[in-house]
Amino acid sequence: MESRSIALEQETDIAVARNEVRAAAAGMGFSIVDQTRLTTVASELARNIIKYAVRGRVIIGTVQNDSRKGLRLIFEDNGPGIANTELAMRDGFTTGGGLGKGLPGSRRLVDDFKIESTPDIGTRVTVVRWLIR
Amino acid sequence: MAIKIPILKVGRVLVVPIQVDMDDATVLQLQDSILNELERTGARGVLIDISLLEMVDSFIGRMLSDIAAMARIMDARTVVVGMQPAVAITLVELGLELGGVDTVLNVDEGIKLLRGEFVLDDDDAASANEGFSFSGESFHRS
Ligand SMILES: Nc1ncnc2c1ncn2[C@@H]1O[C@H](COP(=O)(O)OP(=O)(O)OP(=O)(O)O)[C@@H](O)[C@H]1O
Ligand SMILES: [Mg+2]
Repeated sequence: MESRSIALEQETDIAVARNEVRAAAAGMGFSIVDQTRLTTVASELARNIIKYAVRGRVIIGTVQNDSRKGLRLIFEDNGPGIANTELAMRDGFTTGGGLGKGLPGSRRLVDDFKIESTPDIGTRVTVVRWLIR
Repeated sequence: MAIKIPILKVGRVLVVPIQVDMDDATVLQLQDSILNELERTGARGVLIDISLLEMVDSFIGRMLSDIAAMARIMDARTVVVGMQPAVAITLVELGLELGGVDTVLNVDEGIKLLRGEFVLDDDDAASANEGFSFSGESFHRS
């Protein structure tokens, strides 16, 4: 599967991202539980972009590492960024009146999780779930 | 394509079968519709069937908790039925607790649970015997 980029520009794009991620995960042979994990991560991180950065995109692709194959999702935006990512990763931390579960919860649902953010430049969250672990 | 999420009334219980992947606006509209129907009908229970939902994220989880909290203020109890195992596992890992929401396996159990909450009077028994009836309030995905 070549990587594909999905624009996140309006609320309905969150559902589009969910469907694309589920289809990609199903196509790679992920279990129903893993498909659900990845779909939920897509929903949380895509919504963060719409909510805090207004627009951005998600890039869906595969990664290969030794004998393992994984699904990688990159969520990136040129929004306001996050001043303190350590704080933002804590359960319950929110500046948007949310539950503060999106980022820390997403980390628990994948194998690899990386967040890079620079104030006024933007945010990139990269996650991978491996097929054979 | 207009997708309708009907709100059915069975006795004094509102039954809400969610059959589609909902975008955020749809979720908020559904929440409004349920609360309007509670007010209009004086129903004492809300049964939300999510057996066809393939995912519950923090947004939908919060809607379910909010509905339960507001329904309680209106003296009604909320039960969520049919959560898929994969959805339940993911919810736990995400760290969401559906505060104030009872979850049960299927619609029968949900109705039983809600019926136990209040004594059915003759009116209830009569309308329950009529089976499912559309309450008139339904809503369309934009
Ligand atoms: N893409 C982003 N750009 C800027 N800030 C972000 C972005 N994503 C997250 N944040 C910041 O990190 C905080 C935590 O995000 P997280 O998704 O964990 O919780 P939330 O969105 O506030 O609530 P929830 O996701 O539970 O509804 C947000 O409140 C926001 O301040
Ligand atoms: Mg969030």
